Amino acid sequence: MPPGRRSWGGILFSLLLLSAVLIGGCRPSDDEPIEAGTGRAIQNKGSDTLVNVALAWAEAYRAIHPEISIAVTGGGSGTGIASLINGTVDIANASRAMKDNEIDEARANGIEPVEIVVAIDALAIVLHPDNPVNELTIPQLANIFTGRITNWAEVGGRNEPIVLVSRETNSGTHVYFLEEVVRKGEKENKDIFAPQTLLMPSSVGITSEVRRNPNAIGYDGLGYVDAAHEKILAIAPDAGEPAVLPSVASASNGSYPLSRNLYMYTAGEPEGAVKEYLDWILGPEGQQIVASLGFVPLKESP
Amino acid sequence: MSTEDRPFASSDSSISQKGGMGQGIWSERIIEALIRAAGVSVIVVIALIFVFLLREGLPAFGEVGLGNLFSARWYPIEDLYGFRPLIAGSLLVTFGAILIAVPLGLVTAVYLGEIAPNWQREILKPLIEVLAGIPSIVLGFFGGVALAPLIQRIGAPTGLTAFTGSLILAFMSLPTIISIAEDALFAVPREYRDGSLAIGATQWQTIWRVLVPAARSGIIIGIMLGIGRAIGETMAVMLVTGNAANIPELSAGMFFQPVRTMTATIAAEMGEVAQGSLHYNVLFLIGITLFIITFLINSLAGWLVGGGRRRRSSQL
Repeated sequence: MPPGRRSWGGILFSLLLLSAVLIGGCRPSDDEPIEAGTGRAIQNKGSDTLVNVALAWAEAYRAIHPEISIAVTGGGSGTGIASLINGTVDIANASRAMKDNEIDEARANGIEPVEIVVAIDALAIVLHPDNPVNELTIPQLANIFTGRITNWAEVGGRNEPIVLVSRETNSGTHVYFLEEVVRKGEKENKDIFAPQTLLMPSSVGITSEVRRNPNAIGYDGLGYVDAAHEKILAIAPDAGEPAVLPSVASASNGSYPLSRNLYMYTAGEPEGAVKEYLDWILGPEGQQIVASLGFVPLKESP
Repeated sequence: MSTEDRPFASSDSSISQKGGMGQGIWSERIIEALIRAAGVSVIVVIALIFVFLLREGLPAFGEVGLGNLFSARWYPIEDLYGFRPLIAGSLLVTFGAILIAVPLGLVTAVYLGEIAPNWQREILKPLIEVLAGIPSIVLGFFGGVALAPLIQRIGAPTGLTAFTGSLILAFMSLPTIISIAEDALFAVPREYRDGSLAIGATQWQTIWRVLVPAARSGIIIGIMLGIGRAIGETMAVMLVTGNAANIPELSAGMFFQPVRTMTATIAAEMGEVAQGSLHYNVLFLIGITLFIITFLINSLAGWLVGGGRRRRSSQL
């Protein structure tokens, strides 16, 4: 055998060996959750609805406890919960409760998620300011977002097609809207969004489309809407019932039909720095920040 | 001694038979081995990526079922995994981009290579190369903020449509198509041009009947590379096509409806899935589908180029 030929085989063999070692080496880290909360940096990720509040909390908390740094990222509730399941965050923010299958997946990874309600949000339905429609009922909204009503004239507007704008499916707001509006809160209802629905990667995507498109209808957390640039609809639970505008007052007394809890999830009962942080959030200072950003603070001890 | 057609191994052994060159041969051998390792590692890496894709994606086949995969609805939170809207979206956006970019790119290349005076060429060529360097996310942002309102104004229900995506992708693939097609035209031997003009053909006839056919394979490579860039593009498309998992009806207006591409679906949903879940596997299956489609496009390009070369050599 010529020497050249032999080195060929040798190289190929060593490369295969190397790649096998690399693949083998990668394996354990796939299954083993990353040790969370060992350093002093608290990893906090999830809901885009909550991200502004979470950032404000982190900043204010840093002023009191400069030794603790808190890293806040958005991406959507689904993203935060997936990170909690994969063991890469200490606290997941969510604008919806965790689903049963997500809890099962977390338990399968050896993580017991603990739910904490940190604030209340009202979901505002927004239109372009030029749209003459001022109020809708939940059944009308359901028909609009499932594509059974496709023209504004059918709900008292102009003779124009309705353009549906929604968040991506990884958004907790999307799931909340699906359950409470598209399915009208009925457990056995299996309706889903019309296929023409535009799916926006962020809350800002919804706002910008609604601001420039006179035929668009979208939804966003109350903290994200701006009555100067969008029209906020009054919502009635059903035909013949009074329509209510979203506000801190109507959300906390329950008269606005689309208000919901915002959550933080921890992997196991919170301990140490994470527990102190969460206690502070639930205390008067944390809840003051909630109110200042247009969300609804939790009531005095439940 | 080492002529080009002689394999390395034999030239190598003939040196060692002479003996007495010691260090020179060793360093040569090491360099040779390194070059060989670099070449082989590319193949190994590609093979590993494909194996990884298959390992993560194929389990989805059994669990989801073909009926669901070929259905018309993509709504993963209800386990509806129909690929049709995603494939339709990707193809529609790419097809639109081809319709815009190929004629424009070809004409620009001909103009630059054959018609434009030197001073214009010297200004335009660098500018086109700058165009290639614009990050796609910047183009996407531009499309969402500036282009979408324009398209809405011409009568589409929303500015976020397949056509908006096609425009952005055409813009992105133009520099590739233009520079490679122009190089191909430049490489056509001077005798073709001179001969054609000498037998009385006009400049127009020379360009379309002689030069473009002669540069065919290079032009096709340029177009295919442009398409390859277009179909794999993610961020720009995600920002401008509206991402509605909607199968547009076959009609003149189909380009003016929102669509959801395969790449945007993977990008938008990869962050939300738990590793190893069904949805995760299905996203890898989309990756495999995309891989197969680009593989087919590349093979088609290879086949077209090969055919062109054979025909040309038979003509000579």
